[in-house]
Amino acid sequence: MSEKRAILSPLPGVFYRKPSPDKPDYVQEGDSVKAGDIVGLIEVMKNFYEVKVEVDGVIDCFAVENESIVDVDQELVTLK
Amino acid sequence: MIKVSKPGLQTTVQDKGRIGFYEIGMPPSGAMDQYSYTVANLLVGNQPNAAALEITYLGPELLFEKDMRISLTGGSMPPKINGESVPMWETLAVREGDVLSFDFVKSGARVYLAVEGGIDVPVIMNSRSTYTLIGIGGFQGRPLAAGDVLQTGHMKEKDVPVGSKISDADIPAFGKAHEIRVVVGLCSYRLTEESKQSFLQTEWTVTPEANRIGYRHRGERLQFVERKQPFGAGSNPSNVTDLGYPIGSIQVPDGVEPIVLLHDAVTGGGYATIATVISSDLNRMGQIKTNEKVRFVSVSMIEALQARRETQEKLRRIAASL
Repeated sequence: MSEKRAILSPLPGVFYRKPSPDKPDYVQEGDSVKAGDIVGLIEVMKNFYEVKVEVDGVIDCFAVENESIVDVDQELVTLK
Repeated sequence: MIKVSKPGLQTTVQDKGRIGFYEIGMPPSGAMDQYSYTVANLLVGNQPNAAALEITYLGPELLFEKDMRISLTGGSMPPKINGESVPMWETLAVREGDVLSFDFVKSGARVYLAVEGGIDVPVIMNSRSTYTLIGIGGFQGRPLAAGDVLQTGHMKEKDVPVGSKISDADIPAFGKAHEIRVVVGLCSYRLTEESKQSFLQTEWTVTPEANRIGYRHRGERLQFVERKQPFGAGSNPSNVTDLGYPIGSIQVPDGVEPIVLLHDAVTGGGYATIATVISSDLNRMGQIKTNEKVRFVSVSMIEALQARRETQEKLRRIAASL
């Protein structure tokens, strides 16, 4: 079993799993992702920051739900 | 020249602000944490109004295309030059080709980058500050974007040696819960006594909308004294006939979510303003992040003026030591 790698939030704000309310989630648990893929957005001050994976992997689980308030350094999603 | 490789979340050119035009509806803009901005300029030997970069939450990545001295002050957002950690609140040297970047913000919200000579952008109505709401001033009226190239100016007035630093006691610390001093007044008579107490006792939470225009706070609903609304005021009890808004004044539209009006806010309007953040705590207001807690503490005008004098005296002492 490979170790899990966590993606942490660089910003306080609201976490979104999809680009807009009428679009599907960027990724689902179990999906394969490549470095640079977007897994969510964080909105603060009406700016949207794209949360990207830095390495190839498989999405293990999301630690926060869509539209959750998140803080700096909070775990957002883990890869396996 | 400084090339912007990555702009950060909201990096703007700011200085002391656009002073003297408030009565025509032009807010000051300017650095939200004037103390940190002022010290940043002192550390590179600049004139006090030289323009600096105000970096918010997520730092930029900047490529320096000539040798210069820089300094970084404000909230804690660990800086690196070419991947090596460097200190804040100290005079640093960068050489042509060096890259400045930042780790995640650790405390506070905004960092000030001062460069020798200041950032050179057009002066508009006495200031180089970016007025974010309207899109004037600073660099093309907007936050920096990848690919922008900044010129440095000629506002250096003395040589400050690399490695100069200020006393640890003069470096502000920012936690996650903040006590912000306010003078209760102006339209506070519109609140019920119970709501005045609630305003001062509630631990408010800063919402994601917090920005240079204002900080909105989530917590209790506040109630207004019943009255027949006067001519010119809107129908909601939180409305009054229009008045000028002090910088740092707090309005509570419909009694929901107090909003502290800040440096890019409108200068007047029709909401009851119930208290005003004292000038020296505006610096700390600018270092509060979304989700952090705020408690408003009532002080007198005498105490507010004394706090301002203390801040000014501290800055004079720092200036004399460099």
